[in-house]
Amino acid sequence: MPEIQSYTMNFGPQHPAAHGVLRLVLELDGETIHKADPHIGLLHRATEKLAESKPYNQSIGYMDRLDYVSMMCNEHGYVMAIEKLLGIQPPKRAQYIRVMFDEITRIMNHLLWLGTHGLDIGAMTIFLYCFREREDLMDCYEAVSGTRMHATYYRPGGVYRDLPEQMPNYQPSKFRTAKELERMNRAREGSLLDFVTDFTERFPACVDDYETLLTDNRIWKQRTVNIGVVSPERALQLGFTGPMLRGSGVAWDLRKKQPYEVYDELDFDIPVGVNGDCYDRYLVRIEEMRQSNQIVRQCIEWLRANPGPVMLEDRKIAPPSRVEMKDDMESLIHHFKLFTEGYCVPAGEAYAAVEHPKGEFGVYLVSDGANKPYRLKIRPPGFVHLSAMNEMVQGHMLADVVAVIGTQDIVFGEIDR
Amino acid sequence: MSERIEALAGRVESCLRDEVTRVPSTCGQLTYEVPAESWRAVATRFRDEAELGFEMLIDLCVVDYADYGRVEWQTFEATGSGFSRGVNRVGAATDHFTAVAADARQDGEAETGAPRPDAGRFGVVCHLLSLQHNCRVRLRAFCADDDRPMIDSLVDVWASANWFEREAFDLFGVLFRGHPDLRRILTDYGFIGYPFRKDFPLIGQVEVRYDPVKGRVVYEPVSIEPRTLVPKVIRDDHRYEPQIQDEGSFREVGNRA
Repeated sequence: MPEIQSYTMNFGPQHPAAHGVLRLVLELDGETIHKADPHIGLLHRATEKLAESKPYNQSIGYMDRLDYVSMMCNEHGYVMAIEKLLGIQPPKRAQYIRVMFDEITRIMNHLLWLGTHGLDIGAMTIFLYCFREREDLMDCYEAVSGTRMHATYYRPGGVYRDLPEQMPNYQPSKFRTAKELERMNRAREGSLLDFVTDFTERFPACVDDYETLLTDNRIWKQRTVNIGVVSPERALQLGFTGPMLRGSGVAWDLRKKQPYEVYDELDFDIPVGVNGDCYDRYLVRIEEMRQSNQIVRQCIEWLRANPGPVMLEDRKIAPPSRVEMKDDMESLIHHFKLFTEGYCVPAGEAYAAVEHPKGEFGVYLVSDGANKPYRLKIRPPGFVHLSAMNEMVQGHMLADVVAVIGTQDIVFGEIDR
Repeated sequence: MSERIEALAGRVESCLRDEVTRVPSTCGQLTYEVPAESWRAVATRFRDEAELGFEMLIDLCVVDYADYGRVEWQTFEATGSGFSRGVNRVGAATDHFTAVAADARQDGEAETGAPRPDAGRFGVVCHLLSLQHNCRVRLRAFCADDDRPMIDSLVDVWASANWFEREAFDLFGVLFRGHPDLRRILTDYGFIGYPFRKDFPLIGQVEVRYDPVKGRVVYEPVSIEPRTLVPKVIRDDHRYEPQIQDEGSFREVGNRA
């Protein structure tokens, strides 16, 4: 009987560890990987083409659905590109709110990443812990925008509305005892900011818990140390950004290097890895959660002290309030024009990039002066990272593919667009 | 910010004076137009010149300029049939609007970096990032032939170009000379056409359903009508023109209206 030299295996698109609809065609020699060919596009929705057929503001909601675990950061990139073209700057308070929610989003993203990455390579408990904390952050989303995920909260010229004064409470039900209800509502008595403050006080201890479970765990280290090593030079060649680049020891973070909004007024550190393996990237992301927590605290402090407008007063871009609209003719006209035709953006092109939890999320916008984008190109970080999959898994074992998918923090909404 | 841009522009022009043309840009970003023939050579120099040192290709994409400056709203005043809904898109612009659009393109070129009317239809745009100098630059080249657009591949300059070029090929049909593996990437297996071109309808060409008689999935021509919910219009709003904003005055208002 002839000995089988190498064979091809299909991984996904319906595999729990594929983080969505990734189809990997793997060429194996025994259990060693020769070549990995990712087939993507199973979730392709042509977001960029759809955006070309709609007024600018109607596409903000599509941005949430790109990377559906870090929704507001996607919106941020898109909104910033429009603002660059219009040459406007949101009020300071709106900038602080954006930064706060960007960092809340970063924590949310990293919590989901940590939970699922752990689940993929054999740590069950961490998943439950991470999702417990993530729930509180989704409540923040809900309080501020009305939805737990697809917020559509950032608008060109600011944010949709100011932070709510009252955090929604849990209602009595026959499934909850009064005592339980009281415990659940304890942090929800005050405003959203009180709730977030409470979270930031609890959260560092939670991160300590995760680290107790994983950082020195023998199995965790066996699965991640020296897996998927990328040298700094190679990382640059491959276009890595975000934690993937920092894990390889390159101290590059747009929040520090090309600060946008109010990041230059805030105090935080950029963690950097040494070896460029999965374990270092894990450490980088854990530290990023702590740093984000710090940033959120600073934002809360500023926001408490400085009330003010959260949206530009320019009625050609930002709609008037309902009250104004009801008794002022001009406001009514502005409202009508904004919601039927939208606003026209001067001709030109702009590229805006934000430090998304996964890397650099860029939006390249070409306008010909119309009320719709002429061309919208989204630069998703995950797309670039996944394109290096072949290189990262070559020579590793089949089981390590899952670790590499996990460490790349793949989400198909943004890769396929 | 603008001094840094100008410093970078000075460095680029001292290294590559003859090869690149600066495109005026409104948003404080540096754009250069590169002839398609020297695309790869120029990109390599952007990476290797010590003064430039763009180690990273951040993004590469194609822009189809076929409809640039063309509006969908056709009626100026009410007619017997009412206002246009802007439903018939391609080729329906009246003479008046084609002329307006051409004007806009010519005017626009001066300040906004719009393409020259005689440039090709497909522009290949890439964004570069230099970590050592902390700056960005945008390069643009127009493919010579509109029917068979082709340009050199940058895969051996920056490895990250690989999938971006596959994507650009998939969505726009631009061929990248020297690409090691130019396959479709985002669209379905066996897809026909280039969906992001301006003449490809938003609703697509075919739709998919499961046929219980044949016992398999079948492709059929689309059964829905194209529609435009909000027609595209172009309005000049002078308040956002950068020179006006910079100077904080409204002196040029009305010049172009």
